[in-house]
Amino acid sequence: MKKVKVYVTLRESVLDPQGSAVMGSLHKMGYDEVQDVRIGKYLELVIGDSERDVDALVDELCNRLLANTVIEDYRYEIEEVVSQ
Amino acid sequence: MKFAVIVFPGSNCDLDMYHAIKDELGEEAEYVWHDTHDLSGYDGILLPGGFSYGDYLRAGAIARFSGVMDEVRKAAEAGKPVLGICNGFQILTEAGLLPGMLMRNKNLKFTCGTVSLKVENAHTLFTNEYKEGEEIRIPVAHGEGNYYCDDATYQHLKDNNQIVFTYAEDFNGSRNNIAGIINERGNVLGMMPHPERAVSDLIGGTDGLPLFRSIVKQWRESHVSHA
Repeated sequence: MKKVKVYVTLRESVLDPQGSAVMGSLHKMGYDEVQDVRIGKYLELVIGDSERDVDALVDELCNRLLANTVIEDYRYEIEEVVSQ
Repeated sequence: MKFAVIVFPGSNCDLDMYHAIKDELGEEAEYVWHDTHDLSGYDGILLPGGFSYGDYLRAGAIARFSGVMDEVRKAAEAGKPVLGICNGFQILTEAGLLPGMLMRNKNLKFTCGTVSLKVENAHTLFTNEYKEGEEIRIPVAHGEGNYYCDDATYQHLKDNNQIVFTYAEDFNGSRNNIAGIINERGNVLGMMPHPERAVSDLIGGTDGLPLFRSIVKQWRESHVSHA
């Protein structure tokens, strides 16, 4: 069994209005050192044992549903889950 | 002409769409639940607005995998008119039936009101009852209508006259004020504004009616010439 942590963020080339609003707020609070804020999504998947290559599988899931690659990028980490 | 109004869990403009077709246009309409696997009996497919599947993940992202979407794709491939309004537009882009993507409005707000639209292309089966360049007043209500596409896609849309409606002024941050686009073949239209809410003077205007009349006119003409 594997736990997959997927991070979906807007592409660098795409304006992130939520991130800009949060950065504006941080600046108003006096945190001038904050130079950029990007808001994204975090998903956790638990994937059962399978003959499929897990990287290929996760790429497929991301491309088909979890991210819209017209405007979003994704990256992920895979952890082994030791079952009790 | 017989229209299917596709109903997803969370659709909320299906009644308006049905009313526009049945009562104002005087054509046939039926509600079709999202798990239907046969749309062959319908001449036109309408994807109404709303919040299908609660807009979870991304607006339209879950609905595009509904059972009925294979049938919508088939109808599009068969050349039938397919119209997606608001959430329907979002579903069509997620399904890849239209290019680009609808992002969160630039001002981050759900915005509701009536806007001026410019008819950029009056030579489509959805707009032949308008005049090119005409300004029409159509209601809008959305939080994620900020149309985005990359430069190459925009150029392609422009070169093929696929930009059908634009906002007269910047409304939500959409690229070049795009409010509605059509596919290359010319039978799939997606738009954020709601023409089905502008079909009677009683509700503030009739500028949406010509869109539905265009569809019927084109359909009648093609079916007479093929008879």
